Amino acid sequence: MEKFTTLNSKAIPLQIENVDTDQIIPARFLKATDKKGFGDNVFRDWRFKKDGSINADFALNNANYSGTILVAGDNFGCGSSREHAAWALTGYGFKVVVSSFFADIFKGNALNNGLLPVQVSESFLKELLKTIENKPETEITVNLEAQTISVNNTNLSESFEIDAYKKTCMINGYDDIDYLLSKKAVIEEFENAASR
Amino acid sequence: MKKTLFDKVWDAHVVDTIENGPQVLYIDKHLIHEVTSPQAFNELEDRGIPVFRPNQIVATADHNTPTQNQDQPIKDELSRKQLEQLSKNCHKNNITLFELGHKYNGIVHVMAPELGITQPGMTMVCGDSHTSTHGAFGTIAFGIGTSQVAQVFASQCLLLTKPKSLRVSVNGKLKNGVLPKDVILYIISKLGTNSGTGYFCEYAGNVFEEMSMEGRMTVCNMSIEMGARGGMIAPDQTTFDYVEGREYAPKGEAFDKKVAHWKTLPTDEGATFDKEYSFDAEDIEPMITYGTNPGMGIKITENIPVEDNASFKKSLEYMNFEAGESLINKPINYVFIGSCTNSRIEDFRVAANFIKGKQKAANVTAWLVPGSKQVETQIIEEGLKDIFDEAGFELRQPGCSACLAMNDDKIPQGEYCVSTSNRNFEGRQGQGSRTILASPLVAAATAVEGKIIDITKQLN
Repeated sequence: MEKFTTLNSKAIPLQIENVDTDQIIPARFLKATDKKGFGDNVFRDWRFKKDGSINADFALNNANYSGTILVAGDNFGCGSSREHAAWALTGYGFKVVVSSFFADIFKGNALNNGLLPVQVSESFLKELLKTIENKPETEITVNLEAQTISVNNTNLSESFEIDAYKKTCMINGYDDIDYLLSKKAVIEEFENAASR
Repeated sequence: MKKTLFDKVWDAHVVDTIENGPQVLYIDKHLIHEVTSPQAFNELEDRGIPVFRPNQIVATADHNTPTQNQDQPIKDELSRKQLEQLSKNCHKNNITLFELGHKYNGIVHVMAPELGITQPGMTMVCGDSHTSTHGAFGTIAFGIGTSQVAQVFASQCLLLTKPKSLRVSVNGKLKNGVLPKDVILYIISKLGTNSGTGYFCEYAGNVFEEMSMEGRMTVCNMSIEMGARGGMIAPDQTTFDYVEGREYAPKGEAFDKKVAHWKTLPTDEGATFDKEYSFDAEDIEPMITYGTNPGMGIKITENIPVEDNASFKKSLEYMNFEAGESLINKPINYVFIGSCTNSRIEDFRVAANFIKGKQKAANVTAWLVPGSKQVETQIIEEGLKDIFDEAGFELRQPGCSACLAMNDDKIPQGEYCVSTSNRNFEGRQGQGSRTILASPLVAAATAVEGKIIDITKQLN
C-alpha cells in the first residue's frame, strides 16, 4: 500500500448525497480478475450520456475542476461491499474523499487501499463545496499526521477523526495482513482453546 | 454484566485486542463467490501466503452466472473467465465449491443456510454486503471488501472495531398480506439509509419471533440498506428446527450439545443498547419504493412525499415520478421475483398462491429466478412450476440475475421493474432501468395486472 502523510491539491465537488457503490463502479464492470483498469469506468453512467457521449454537466467532466481530492455529499459509498469502488477511485487518481458521512464497508475498503476518507461536519462540507465552486483553483491541504483539512490561504480548517491503528497503517503503508500474520501463534492458541 | 446476543457472539470470538485500536476477531465460516475473490487469491499468491483454513471456506458461483442454458458453455468471455478462475482457485487451495450446475449451486446467502452451513453463534463473512442475511440464525454475519477476503484467507481473522448496538422492535399483529419484506422496507423507510451505520442491529419483538426462518432471512438481508453492517435475530426453536438434519449441521448428540449452547445466546433481560427503535405491527402495510435508495419507500396506498432537496429531486427525475403522486395504476412491463432477499421456496409459494388460476398481463415480462438448485427442484416438485407456466411466467435457473444485472438479465433503458430484490439504485438492474422494490405478493399482483394495484383491496 502507498504511504500517505500530507496532500496538497485542488478538489472536484460532487454535490450528490447517498452516492452508492453501484454509481462509483456499475456491476457490469466487475468481471475483471485483477485490480487494474477500474479508473476508466469510475462514475461511468454519470460521466457519459445514454448515447455514449460525454455528459458535460458532470463535475468530473468540468474542465474548471481538477485535483486528487473528491468532495462529495452525505453518506458516500453506501450499498454494495465491492472494493472495486475504491480501486476505481484510486485508479482515476483520487487520493482523498471528503464527505460528512461515509458508509462502513466503503470506508474500510478505502483505508485498505491508501485512499483517505476524511469525514467533516456538515457545515464545513457546505462551506468547502461553496468555496470550490466559486473558485475552482482553490487548493486544499490534508494533513494526516495532524488530522486536519484546510483550505489554503483561508481560515477554513477542521480536524478529522481516524482510528489510531489505521492512521499508523496509512502513514507507513502497512496493511492488516502483515499484522494478522504476526499474530498466527495467538490465533492457533485460540483455535485450540475453542475446540476443547 | 448483562449482555446482548451480539455481545455474546462477538466476545466469544475475540482473539486479541490492540491497545486503543481494533480487535482481532476469529471468523468461523468464510463464504466466497466469483466476483470479489479473485483479487484476494492473487494478493496471497503474489505475497507467497498460503490459505490458512481452507476447510472453513465454502464457494459458489452466483453473481455472474446465466439463468438459462446453464448446461452449455457461457457465451460472455469475461464471465466465463471469472468463473473458471474461481474453479481454479478453489481447486488449487482445496476449497469446497458448488459451481454452476452442481446440485447445491445457488446464491451464496440462500445456499449456505439451506445446507446447514449457517449456524447460530457463528461469525461469518463474505465479500458481499448482503451477508447480513445469515444473522437470521443469531449469527454475526457481515459483508467485507476484497482486502478483508485476503486477510481471512491468510489468518481466518479480521481486524475490527466492535460496532455499537441497535435494537429494532416490532410488536403486534401484522395485517393480512404484510410480508417480512414489507416489515423491513417499512423500517428502512422510517429510519433512512444511514441510521444503522456503525451499528449491529438486533430485531426483536413478537413479529420476528413468529416469523419463519425464511422471513427472518429477508429481514436481516436488508440490514445493510439502513447502513447496519449486520442484523441478528435471537435463535429459538424455529431456528433449531430449521438447522436440524441439514447436510452440514451437527448430528445426534453433537447437535443436542450445540442447541444447549445456542439457547444461552439470546440477549439477557436488562441488557442495554446504544440505540433503540420500536414500531407497531398494525402500522405496517404492503410497501413499495418510489426513489433510488431503499429508504425511499411508502405504503402502496400512500402518495410520494414532497421534499425540497436536490438529491430527492434528482432521484424522482431519474424515476420519472412526480412528488405527491400515487403509484397506483402505473403501468409496469417488468417483474422480477428473485435475489438473496426473496428467492426462497416460501417466496415462490406466496407468488404461486396469488397467481393460481390467473394470467400474466400481456405487457409484462415476468422472471422468476430461484435462489438455488434446491429451491428450483422444490418449485418443480411442489407443482408451482405448472402454475407459473400456465400463467405465462418464466421460471429461470438459479443465480443473482436481475438483482444486479451482471449477467444478461437486464431491465431495458427507461423501463420500470417491480422487483423483490434489495436495491433500487440508479441503473442497478441495467443501464437506465427503474427499480421499484416490493414483496413477492406485490410483485406477483403487478405481473397479473400489468400495473401497480392497491393489493390491500384484494386482501380485506
